[in-house]
Amino acid sequence: MGSTSSTLLKIPNVEVLMQETGFSPAHMIRLHDRFKLRCLFPQDFGAIKELAMNPIGDRIIGAFFCPGKETVDFHTFVKILAHFRPVDKNRPKEPNSPEPINSRSNKLRFAFQLYDQDKDGKISRDELLKVLQAMLGMQVTEEQLESIADRTIQEADLDRDDAISFEEFRKVSPEILHSRCFIKV
Amino acid sequence: QMTTKHQYQWHIIICLLFLVCELNHSVTSVFPESSLLIMLGFILGGIVWGADKAQTFKLIPTNFFYYLLPQIILDASYCMPNKLFFSNLGAILIHAIIGTCWNAGTVGIALWACYEGGAMGNLNIGPLQFLLFGALISAVDPVAVIAVFEEVHVNEVLYILVFGESLLNDGVTVVLYNVFDAFVSLGGPKINAAEIIKGIVSFFVVAFGGSFLGVVFAILISMLTRITKNVQVIEAGFIIVLGYLSYLTAEMLSLSAILSITFCGVCCQKYINANMDEKSVTTLRYTLKVMANGSETMIFVFLGVSAIDKNIWVWNTGFILLTIFFVVIFRFIGVFFLNWILNQSRLIPIDITDQFVMAYGGLRGAVAYGLAALLDEKKIPEKNLMLGTTLIVVYFTVILQGITMKPLVQWLKVKKATHSDLTLNGKMNNRAFEHILTAMEDICGRMGDNWWTRHWNYFEDKYVCWLLLKSDARKHKDPIFGAFHKLNLEDATKYVTEGERKGSLDFIRNYDSASVDFKKKLALEYGDITPYITGIDNVPVTSVMKNPIPSVSLDIHEQDRKSLPDKLSAHHLLDQHLYKSRRDNRPTYSRSHYNTSENPDEMQEIFQRTMRSRLESFKSAKMGVNPAKKLSKHPKKDSTHKPNGKPADPHRTHPYGDEDFEFSADSASSSEIAGHFHRRSTNTPGAGVDNPAFIPEMDTSPPMRNPPWQTETGNNTAVAPSQRAQGRLPWTSTNLRHLALLRMSTRSTDSFVMADASLDEEAPEEKPGTHHTRL
Repeated sequence: MGSTSSTLLKIPNVEVLMQETGFSPAHMIRLHDRFKLRCLFPQDFGAIKELAMNPIGDRIIGAFFCPGKETVDFHTFVKILAHFRPVDKNRPKEPNSPEPINSRSNKLRFAFQLYDQDKDGKISRDELLKVLQAMLGMQVTEEQLESIADRTIQEADLDRDDAISFEEFRKVSPEILHSRCFIKV
Repeated sequence: QMTTKHQYQWHIIICLLFLVCELNHSVTSVFPESSLLIMLGFILGGIVWGADKAQTFKLIPTNFFYYLLPQIILDASYCMPNKLFFSNLGAILIHAIIGTCWNAGTVGIALWACYEGGAMGNLNIGPLQFLLFGALISAVDPVAVIAVFEEVHVNEVLYILVFGESLLNDGVTVVLYNVFDAFVSLGGPKINAAEIIKGIVSFFVVAFGGSFLGVVFAILISMLTRITKNVQVIEAGFIIVLGYLSYLTAEMLSLSAILSITFCGVCCQKYINANMDEKSVTTLRYTLKVMANGSETMIFVFLGVSAIDKNIWVWNTGFILLTIFFVVIFRFIGVFFLNWILNQSRLIPIDITDQFVMAYGGLRGAVAYGLAALLDEKKIPEKNLMLGTTLIVVYFTVILQGITMKPLVQWLKVKKATHSDLTLNGKMNNRAFEHILTAMEDICGRMGDNWWTRHWNYFEDKYVCWLLLKSDARKHKDPIFGAFHKLNLEDATKYVTEGERKGSLDFIRNYDSASVDFKKKLALEYGDITPYITGIDNVPVTSVMKNPIPSVSLDIHEQDRKSLPDKLSAHHLLDQHLYKSRRDNRPTYSRSHYNTSENPDEMQEIFQRTMRSRLESFKSAKMGVNPAKKLSKHPKKDSTHKPNGKPADPHRTHPYGDEDFEFSADSASSSEIAGHFHRRSTNTPGAGVDNPAFIPEMDTSPPMRNPPWQTETGNNTAVAPSQRAQGRLPWTSTNLRHLALLRMSTRSTDSFVMADASLDEEAPEEKPGTHHTRL
């Protein structure tokens, strides 16, 4: 279809992007349409009303914006969404190729970065508390939250530094997660 | 001469022998039960044969189809994992319909070709009869599949594909069998296009009619359970009887009886589990299991017994060997081909190893035998040959393939069923990922899989649940509540066993909600017997056993103290209080679309929080962090909404200047939210008023908060004052919930407002209002 290829050409660096993320041309076009040819501000995300209903919606929005940047460009947008592309099992495993964006490890890293707001590579007790609080209803009292947070850290924390590093986070995440963790773009 | 009574006695003895074997796991780990049973059947048949010199103790098709098969299917469908079933329904149907037709056609034609080629010697048989034979031998049997696969715990998707196929292919099998049977009666020349079309039409009638009938009975059963509150003891009986009735009715109307009872079980399970008392549910489940197991045992024994019958053994090496060969080969070809097609459009493709197991798991069983036994000898002179061959194929699949299934699965490293014990981390992460995925889907604007499920859930909410669920069942529809309840019961039992192991039950923390109730109850009961009820700081010790040991004082160490109740309470809390995500719904009931009537409190909470944090981030970004103020929060949400109108307190203002946000003002998009967020009246420039959201007596104001997109664009800039929440205390553990009143400032002309206001004006042109539309 002529229109497809011409639309595709309008997207800058589309070949590189497709290579990196593994999206097909049809996906790229759809995403581009959604992205609406402009950089997204936080406000645009805010306009998606369902995100306001999402307990960690704001953190997710924040994940799209690199620190210091006020806008999201298409490149970043697609790369983040690529985390949740369905896993293609038939992908040849080249020894030197970088890990695909939608690998389990990268998905976990994405989630880890949502928890770890100060980007120090560890989820501290406070950060965990914040996340739990975001995800738990208001009926939960402070002490209960604390006990959950304590116990969560206890389960995961192997080196006893009272924080969860990415390695520990990865170990403790159940395997089930990976196979169902995708969206249809 | 062995009378029928004796025969049945022997049969029962065999079954008991079998049960004894069951207890010995070393045997059952190698041989699946079904093969053991068949062999026991051989023995029994030998005994009867020895006594009577004739096999008088056969599996009569009528008995099989009417008395032994229905309960197995009902049990299987009642315990069917609906989520998996419906999400894989497309694949299952393709395998069931196309796969079975393929098997029937190819086996029949191949055998006929070989016959014509002379591989079978002289037989009084024609091509149509081959096709008929192909039809009856092609059906994958649910009984055999259950029997073999229950030993081997393969992953759920694989299991549901094979098992679903075995259940649903009955529609095809029945039609093919009847059609070819009719063709055989008609004879070759009379078959023309009209007959073939009749055949195809009859497929649709039989299959859809049977399913529809099943659904009708499911509705009947669900409605019945609404009113059987006073006869709980026999509720289970009603359901079994009605299930059986659906089977018989379909049989009577010449529809597919297995499909009918399958859909009856599958559709009613959710509603009757919700309506009935737990004890009734348990009763029903166990009764069905007992009946199904009993039937299965008898079926396999009979299959063995039926072999010991001289009459049926018309041995034709070519026919038998070729049948086995073709059955296996065409099964493999069919499965791989269909899966290859399916994998083009499946989100999670089916593994090659899974496909292999699927093909290998195409077991034939008693249904094929029953159909063969129903053949009319006058029409089909080679009936005995077919019967014998069918038996051999059944033995081959059930015994040989059954025994080798487990090693094969291990050798191929097929993914097994996952039974992971969720940790707190796991729970939290699962929920977090659900939220993330929901958000990603929303950002992408795609419906994805959720479209159907959303609409079905909506429909179900509005109409189905009203009709089929009892009123108080409707309130507790949430599966999380059910899971929570179950967890509570489990934990309570664990608590008791743990405590008894230590010698007494100890109350550990007063403010642990689980033990508080416990304590209260027991304190009442055993108040006079318990001399030691200590305070919070000590380890309280109370003996609560029926024969109290008053002087026992257990010194529980810190670690023990923490471990058990912490674990319980933490799990409880997560289960009970984690916000549900929209994704939490796969095809089963749950909340999918955020129709806020479902859980308005939760939606409000989340929304408020989000708005609050957004405001704060805007503030801190633009104004620097404001001095921290304390907020108080009312823990309970009052669900009554204030009717449209002004807030009671004219000085009440809203904590965030909603009107200052430049979120787009799409009024059209928020019909769902409209019900719960009323228009707010214009802000009055109140002075230093407490944040209404956080004052107990004003907790009706949150519902009145308009989402920013609901306010009209014009109003935004017109409203003068900006009410700003002052910065919030960072949430440290000490003051998480104890936040005092917020002071509001009424400065309206801060740069924030100006900036926002100016942006706001641009906003309507910039945003063409596509936020709520899905691409």
